[in-house]
Amino acid sequence: MTVPAPARKIIPIVPVAEEAGGLYEATKKIYPRSVRGKFARWRWAMVFVTQLFFYATPWLQWGDRQTLLFDLVARRFYVFGLVLYPQDLIYLSGLLVLSALSLFLFTAVAGRLWCGYACPQTVYTEMFMWIEQRIEGSRIARMRLDGESFSAEKLVKKWFKHFIWLGIAMWTGFTFVGYFTPIRELGMEFLQTRMGSWEVFWVFFYGLATYGNAGFMREQVCKYMCPYARFQSAMFDKDTLIVSYDLPRGEPRGVHARAQDARTQGLGDCIDCGLCVQVCPTGIDIREGLQYECIGCGLCVDACNTVMDRMAQPHGLIRYATQNGLAGGWSAAQVLRRVFRPRVLIYGAVLLALCVGLLASLVVRVPLKVDVVRDRTSLARIADGGKLENVYRLQIMNATERSQRYRIDASGLRGLAVATPSQAVDVGPAESRWVAVRLQVPAEDAPPGSHTVFFNVRSADGVSQVSEKAVFLIPR
Amino acid sequence: MNDFISGFWANYVAVAAVVSILACGLLLWITARGRIAPTDDNTTGHVWDEDLREANNPLPMWWVGLFVITIIFAFVYLAFFPGLGSFNGKLGWSAVSQYEAEVAQADKDLVPVYAAFQTMPVERIAGDPKAMAIGERLFMNNCSQCHGSDARGSKGFPNLTDVDWLHGGTPDKIIETVTKGRIGEMPPMAAAVGTPDDVKNVAQYVLSLSGRSTDSVRAGLGKSKFTACAACHGIGGVGNQSIGAPRLNDEIWLHGFGENAIVAMINGGKHNVMPGQEGRLTEAQIKVVASYVWGLSNKAVALPVVLP
Repeated sequence: MTVPAPARKIIPIVPVAEEAGGLYEATKKIYPRSVRGKFARWRWAMVFVTQLFFYATPWLQWGDRQTLLFDLVARRFYVFGLVLYPQDLIYLSGLLVLSALSLFLFTAVAGRLWCGYACPQTVYTEMFMWIEQRIEGSRIARMRLDGESFSAEKLVKKWFKHFIWLGIAMWTGFTFVGYFTPIRELGMEFLQTRMGSWEVFWVFFYGLATYGNAGFMREQVCKYMCPYARFQSAMFDKDTLIVSYDLPRGEPRGVHARAQDARTQGLGDCIDCGLCVQVCPTGIDIREGLQYECIGCGLCVDACNTVMDRMAQPHGLIRYATQNGLAGGWSAAQVLRRVFRPRVLIYGAVLLALCVGLLASLVVRVPLKVDVVRDRTSLARIADGGKLENVYRLQIMNATERSQRYRIDASGLRGLAVATPSQAVDVGPAESRWVAVRLQVPAEDAPPGSHTVFFNVRSADGVSQVSEKAVFLIPR
Repeated sequence: MNDFISGFWANYVAVAAVVSILACGLLLWITARGRIAPTDDNTTGHVWDEDLREANNPLPMWWVGLFVITIIFAFVYLAFFPGLGSFNGKLGWSAVSQYEAEVAQADKDLVPVYAAFQTMPVERIAGDPKAMAIGERLFMNNCSQCHGSDARGSKGFPNLTDVDWLHGGTPDKIIETVTKGRIGEMPPMAAAVGTPDDVKNVAQYVLSLSGRSTDSVRAGLGKSKFTACAACHGIGGVGNQSIGAPRLNDEIWLHGFGENAIVAMINGGKHNVMPGQEGRLTEAQIKVVASYVWGLSNKAVALPVVLP
């Protein structure tokens, strides 16, 4: 008996009329309506927290230097009381892992929280929209203004808006560069019009990027460019809190008077006012379910709750809810209980362990680094007094911000001693120095072969001590 | 600056580059002409794996604009920079020319740093801590490969910290050595010395010059044969700095110590080379590094820097 081969589905290519949609289309500009409410307040709080930190930090001084300075040219990162070197790259890796894990954790618990509240793209768009609204007016007024033909009023408003936008954008670019070049000097250079060409370039680059992204691209960045937006959906599960429309409660939607009970008309609670669509910064209709464009900002929740207040209905027709919760009709307490599920607990535990580890290693970090490089040309030589000698170069990096004097000695072989005339090395603040050091052992009782020895470098104040491994060769 | 050895491959690369770019443009043009019949559920009508349907989310036009810009950029780039086979671009840029320009720029930037040392005598430079820091770095980068990080040399490479000089230890001599390099030439002398036995005797005699002989009879026999060596090393092995012949009557053994090492030298000779640094280092750099070397054995007599 033969199994009939499955019929191959032929996709017919039908030439269609020109008016049918193409694969590309002009972008439709979104005019989000402004909204008040709990989540809008949270958004603004995040704007203030993040931007206060971003704009203010470079101006703070720590002693006689900037508090936060990433000096790429000198390869030194100044972070509050710390000076970090290229050798401390592990901390940067730790920070990146920390950030990634935090993203996993927040996303697993409550969807795209980062996107909705803290991402620079969101934050600057929010700021720029607020300015737009101050100058051009509400959503309706903005749409009307854009639809109008050219007029003096339109010219003034548009120019004024772009002028303010550009001002903020350039200030943002200037601040950003100020994290890499001391911002006070940068400011002086700017006032005296003698900024370096690269500094000018980067200020303009970041300034114009801010202007373009927050003023024009907005939700397009999240929809078409951002990689995080794409893979955050992989961190969702059925217990993730996402902005959801309570379908059974809302449908069938329809206009009904406030005092009436909608049920008697066979209608749901949704009055189809369209506010949730109008406030959405990505221009989607949340009532169609979760879509990839949704950044989880909760503005539609605020909008719908104000309407429900007016309708004298309970809040939460649109709310942060989980798929399981909606399907099972769970109470808020039941939903919250599922927040502490294995996935979240594991993320949380790893995150906590990493935080503790990172902080602990920063606390016990020795502000001194030693690299040992054997001289490759002379394996071993006979020195005066019949001693065997090996030569090394030590790079001593003083990671403190004061001048230090270091003492060098060695251990690991019987009779091993440092033969350099002066065993104390002075290194300036946050500087590194190469010194040639000779190690000697008495020739008579030296076992031939290669031996592991240790250079012990101690600061004179006794605060930091480092042991670094090296190899001592004794010829046969 | 390209290394094509035949015109065919140059053309192959050029054609491949241009065709790829044009193909990108063609792809964009074809997809932009495609039209999709409107459906109720906003899908394109494509179905895979029973139930996977492709949603119809058209890309924004600015994306198309960016794509076009990349195509234009590619042609502009190929017009100005190397990439089209053997065509080197209008700007004549290459990695090598950029490197050379950067080196020239760096050398120009260093002129003021070294300007002060041009007229300063070596004895004074050796007393200047800043100059010595520069000298140390120059030495580490250019000399320590042979002479060791501590400048004490090793077998075959002279120690620069002692007072024994092969070619003279005055500042001028050191500068000359660093600039022009040196050749330490000792021809195989076995034939001139005589039989293998004679060679051993001479080796014992050489050892006896510094009181290290283990066989005084042989040393005595070797003394007469040493005349062949004395032509360069001088009577009694005092050395000759004008031709770089080492002293044999001291405790410093550049090429190894003991009878066997000396016999090997007499039989095999030696061709020792120190490469000249002319062209690798500027004149001022050579002066600074020579001051550093001079200072290694003359720290005590280096003049302190007189601060204005």
